[in-house]
Amino acid sequence: MTPLLKVESLTKRYGARIGCSDVSFDLWPGEVMGIVGESGSGKSTLLNCMAGHLAPDAGRVMFDTRTEGLQDTITMSEPERRMLGRTDWAFVHQHARDGLRMNVSAGGNVGERLMAVGARHYGEIRDSAEDWLGRVEIDASRIDDRPTAFSGGMQQRLQIARNLVTGPRLVFMDEPTGGLDVSVQARLLDLLRGLVREMGLSAIIVTHDLAVVRLLADRLMVMKDGHVVEKGLTDQVLDDPQHAYTQLLVSSVLQV
Amino acid sequence: MIEIRDVSKTFTLHNQGSAVIRVMEGASLSVAAGECVALTGASGAGKSTLMRMIYGNYLAASGEILIGGVDVVRAQPREIIRLRREALGYVSQFLRVVPRVPTLDVVAEPLLAVGVDRAAATERARDLLTRLRIPERLWSLSPTTFSGGEQQRVNIARGFAHAYPALLLDEPTASLDAANRDTVLDLIHEAKARGAAIVGIFHDAEARAAVCDRVVDVTGFSPQAAA
Repeated sequence: MTPLLKVESLTKRYGARIGCSDVSFDLWPGEVMGIVGESGSGKSTLLNCMAGHLAPDAGRVMFDTRTEGLQDTITMSEPERRMLGRTDWAFVHQHARDGLRMNVSAGGNVGERLMAVGARHYGEIRDSAEDWLGRVEIDASRIDDRPTAFSGGMQQRLQIARNLVTGPRLVFMDEPTGGLDVSVQARLLDLLRGLVREMGLSAIIVTHDLAVVRLLADRLMVMKDGHVVEKGLTDQVLDDPQHAYTQLLVSSVLQV
Repeated sequence: MIEIRDVSKTFTLHNQGSAVIRVMEGASLSVAAGECVALTGASGAGKSTLMRMIYGNYLAASGEILIGGVDVVRAQPREIIRLRREALGYVSQFLRVVPRVPTLDVVAEPLLAVGVDRAAATERARDLLTRLRIPERLWSLSPTTFSGGEQQRVNIARGFAHAYPALLLDEPTASLDAANRDTVLDLIHEAKARGAAIVGIFHDAEARAAVCDRVVDVTGFSPQAAA
């Protein structure tokens, strides 16, 4: 078996400052990996380098493409990388408005992604959009409403539908439950867990919420000052942390 | 099935003067298929620590923990994830689930994870919940709102849903009434009969005597005893 994603010595500097330094790991099909660390630890920089939103200074991001196997997505051509972004990859932003077209209807937001990969039959596109709105628990009667008329939690679920409708194999998520009510968070977590299992998705989730990674992620990487200080099984890292910083992080969580 | 050789455990508290606490040394234990072994010892002797190391939840400092040929101490995360999905079950004392997921789905999930179709998985979940006397009207609700005893029984149902070849039980009969305790003991007997290797912690001496073939006192694995 081949890893779905193979990250090798990924490094990004902002002038003299380190964004992320020498990060390497393999992600296997069906695995969910969490990346935690405080603000400024480099977790979003790392995510954006992997997803092709930022150009790293060094390292490789190898992805197991459907036709040619492992390919370095950093050196591949821009059209190839864009195609990957529309088909096999998805990116869920922390703020739904960054991942949605706010002046297009909910159905249009979902359908647009299908058209980008070649779907042309209007009825089928609309059916598919309706099906996905149902999966993320948005009532079909809202299909023609714009996201501006949706609550924050609904916008986030719509963003997930828009991202998953094309059946990606890898989803990058940046604080997907950040800024949501806890009750809405739980609903979203349940949804993501179900989708991961049913679609065999792999995901990389950046968050600072340790409870979220415990429930969603199989594996965990802990970052500090741009470096990965500890990685391993999620529950092992959280329950028996080996690194001083992870011990501090885990012991700093307020108990409910 | 479960083979533990010369395992030790230390905790290093980096933020408290880097204190190193040695909690276990020279732990060795072998559990055959169809056998149930009870861990005993006073509170703090290391029963749960050893159990957590077998599950890969705590990282052993040295030694080997072989489960069906996989060394949990050295295995890659994905190997342990697979082991837990297919071969190694764990009934902890605490139910940890995504809020809002119905009880029936919580119990069926381990079966869905190994590829059992939804109808068969749900059928097995219904059967277990019925045997453990969780009223049917609660099945569509999330167990996070249940009483302690109900949560524990949901946890047990979930732990016994898939026929794991190796099973770890942390106080499976604590806080259960007599009828439910008997059901749990029946489930343990059935698991043994199909060949599961079981390691358990039972404070209830009667329950322990009813299902366990051997008792191992973990006090013998404390660093002082080994020194």
